[in-house]
Amino acid sequence: MQNTTIAYDSKVEGEVIVTQADAVINWIRKHSVWPMPMGLACCAIELMASGGARFDISRFGMEVMRFSPRQADCMIVAGTVTYKMAEVVRRIYDQMAEPKWVVAMGACASTGGMYRSYATLQGVDNIIPVDVYISGCPPRPEALLDAMIKLQDKIGTERSVKNLIPKKADSVELAGAAKES
Amino acid sequence: MTTSDLALLKERFETLTERASSDHTALNCPADQLVELCTALRDDFGYDMLVDVTAVDWDAQSPRFTGIYHFLSTTKHEYLRVAADCADDINPSLPSLSAVFASANWHERETYDLMGIRYEGHPDLTRILMWDAYPYHPLRKDFPLAGIEVPLPAADVAETTGASVLPAPMMGGPFVSSADGPMSQTEPRAKDQSWNEKKVKPCGE
Repeated sequence: MQNTTIAYDSKVEGEVIVTQADAVINWIRKHSVWPMPMGLACCAIELMASGGARFDISRFGMEVMRFSPRQADCMIVAGTVTYKMAEVVRRIYDQMAEPKWVVAMGACASTGGMYRSYATLQGVDNIIPVDVYISGCPPRPEALLDAMIKLQDKIGTERSVKNLIPKKADSVELAGAAKES
Repeated sequence: MTTSDLALLKERFETLTERASSDHTALNCPADQLVELCTALRDDFGYDMLVDVTAVDWDAQSPRFTGIYHFLSTTKHEYLRVAADCADDINPSLPSLSAVFASANWHERETYDLMGIRYEGHPDLTRILMWDAYPYHPLRKDFPLAGIEVPLPAADVAETTGASVLPAPMMGGPFVSSADGPMSQTEPRAKDQSWNEKKVKPCGE
């Protein structure tokens, strides 16, 4: 937590720390990201490597990979999303509870990558809103860790209390994708 | 395939002709004799494994579609290619080999999916790669490489996201050979079928 978001003066307030609700909520959220590995192609292998001992994603507090969307709050789309699979990706995204975030891992998930094809969705952001994109084909585990830390930074800047109030229809952020309130 | 085996096979199937091939023995077989021939290949000639089922789209020629079968003999360690022309150019069909070789089942579904050849007698001739409602057969010559715009397979997802299956032309590509003339003069060249801010989208695709 950044020092600017807390106030602590033991002489005045004793054991009390003063802070903002946003800062506390974000602090809790960003240090317990539970990713849902949407492993669709070779990026998933690098994703698995990130969870292994050598790269060890648990150093950053996001090692609890959950294969049920109900228990996860960050979908890591790792791999090529075909049009046939797009439906599944969207449904799993819809099944995740709010708040939720999406990481598009690698060239395919970000843009379709080398698959300029009749069968491949040209970027998963056509169907779900993406928070962080990772370049690479596939990206190294360090790149994934970097993206997850960037996602943590992003979570840290969110207006979480404001987001608890149901969103208006015109506050939809990402093109083409209507995020549920 | 040894010459004696080949002679024996030709004796049994008089309509068989040899097919030009740069690697393995290849045979042309009429579609109506295909099942009989493949059964004989499996039972009497040792070709016990159907490795691949595919097809060729000859575009403007007639017959337009040729089904291709690759067999492997695991005892003689030899490959054999069998080709069968489809009589109908509009609705091509071939007899299914799935009763003879179990591996033909999914291979024929794939060939049906991508080339549109119907395999008569197949137990479950549905698409295997593209979704069931997809209206085209993408490996046919008249299918543009970039694809054709169609709705997403799931209507509700298409409605929520506004996404659809869009043509994705390859920037600078495709890198293909013109396929006419000697090979030395038909190196693959960039055709650049893509469209962007500077290049307008070609009509009719």
